[in-house]
Amino acid sequence: MKLPPFDYACPTTLPEAVQLLASHDGEAKALAGGQSLVPMLAFRLAQPALLVDLRKLADLRGIRISENGVALGAMVRWREIEDDERLDAAHPLLKAAIAHVAHYQVRNRGTVGGSLAHGDPAAEMPGIAMTCDAEIAVVGKSGARVIQAADFFQGALTTALTPDEIIVEVRLPIWPARRRWGFEEFARRRGDFAMAAAAVFYDESEDGKARNAHVGVIGVADRPLRLASVEDVLNERTINEATIAEAETAACAAVDPQDDIHASAAYRRALVGTMVERALKRAAA
Amino acid sequence: MTEQGDRRSPVSVRFRVNGREVDVDVEPRLTLADCLRHYLRLTGTHVGCEHGVCGACTILLDGAAVRSCLMLAVQAEGAEVVTVEGLSNDADLTPLQKSFRKHHALQCGFCTPGMITTAHALLSEEPDCDAARVREVLSGNLCRCTGYIPIVEAVLEARAAYRPKTQAGDRGGDRA
Repeated sequence: MKLPPFDYACPTTLPEAVQLLASHDGEAKALAGGQSLVPMLAFRLAQPALLVDLRKLADLRGIRISENGVALGAMVRWREIEDDERLDAAHPLLKAAIAHVAHYQVRNRGTVGGSLAHGDPAAEMPGIAMTCDAEIAVVGKSGARVIQAADFFQGALTTALTPDEIIVEVRLPIWPARRRWGFEEFARRRGDFAMAAAAVFYDESEDGKARNAHVGVIGVADRPLRLASVEDVLNERTINEATIAEAETAACAAVDPQDDIHASAAYRRALVGTMVERALKRAAA
Repeated sequence: MTEQGDRRSPVSVRFRVNGREVDVDVEPRLTLADCLRHYLRLTGTHVGCEHGVCGACTILLDGAAVRSCLMLAVQAEGAEVVTVEGLSNDADLTPLQKSFRKHHALQCGFCTPGMITTAHALLSEEPDCDAARVREVLSGNLCRCTGYIPIVEAVLEARAAYRPKTQAGDRGGDRA
């Protein structure tokens, strides 16, 4: 388990980092916290010619909270999200989800941008980005662009990023104070990859009906998913035991998981329903 | 910059380990764990799975517990690293070590360096943590001997040594 040989660069400006990535014909990779990339290197699933360390890029740091929502710099580590008390109100769903990311030591190093760029279908941050209609701001040799989360995740460990592009920040839209939400994840052991998880939120109109329902799941497909059919069950309805049961059934029907060494497809399908059910119960409580 | 073949030009890296300034020439692909063990002969840091699952290689990087197998040595440039050697002294066992001995919190000892470094980081920041928090934090460290219960007990008892002296009384003292 030794890493393959590569060169290493640690640029101090974003343009310099982009230039380095662009100059290696797709054989260079950005290194953020390394908590996914270094295991990939150890297994030799990645063998880049050059690693470009992003740790000195000040543009990629910091959590900014404004009337537009929450912007997380790509190099924000999970630990910073856990420690930021402003997020308890500014984005409780994000905070709840991040508590499930791997283990204590990994949360001290792993980053928001690294997780998004890695694109693991069972990872929490991509799931939150999908569920919340996040925008992912990137910069590359042809300039800056903003990618919608729905367009960003294209398959297992596959994203819309081109080899010369670096994620700068991810922007989560404003979170109304009275929004109802829930996050539920199941893994065999604490900190393991999710076998399935569900993130849900909705706003309540004055007559108690759900509006703007968002339901996202991870761990059940080659990328994080939004379940529009479950959202349709919830919108303009009162969220009670009957609507939650209907949503659970719809969630099971909406996914098409595959058998793998961790679980059968049937088990995962049932698990997704249970996660959606529990998350909705928490939201409605 | 790029050479043909397997070896890449070494990079000079300076950082502090257990209070001592070190300067090593390493290949970029060398993990911090291997740098500590093979270049600096600090073999207290154990290497188990080498892909971030077992926690045996946990060290403190600027005070935070991290897996040294998931870091390149070159990423430690300018950092303050503390290994399990830096959490002991020659005179006596530290309160955390004493508690591990008292509670039989180790058998073969392979996981112990990672348990000690992780527990030290936790207790330094959260000396009033409860058993659930200890279990949650230690979930990133695998032990195949003890069944974890004695480890959790040892960490809980060691909390007193990490509290301010006014609270901890004469058990404060040396926490290494």
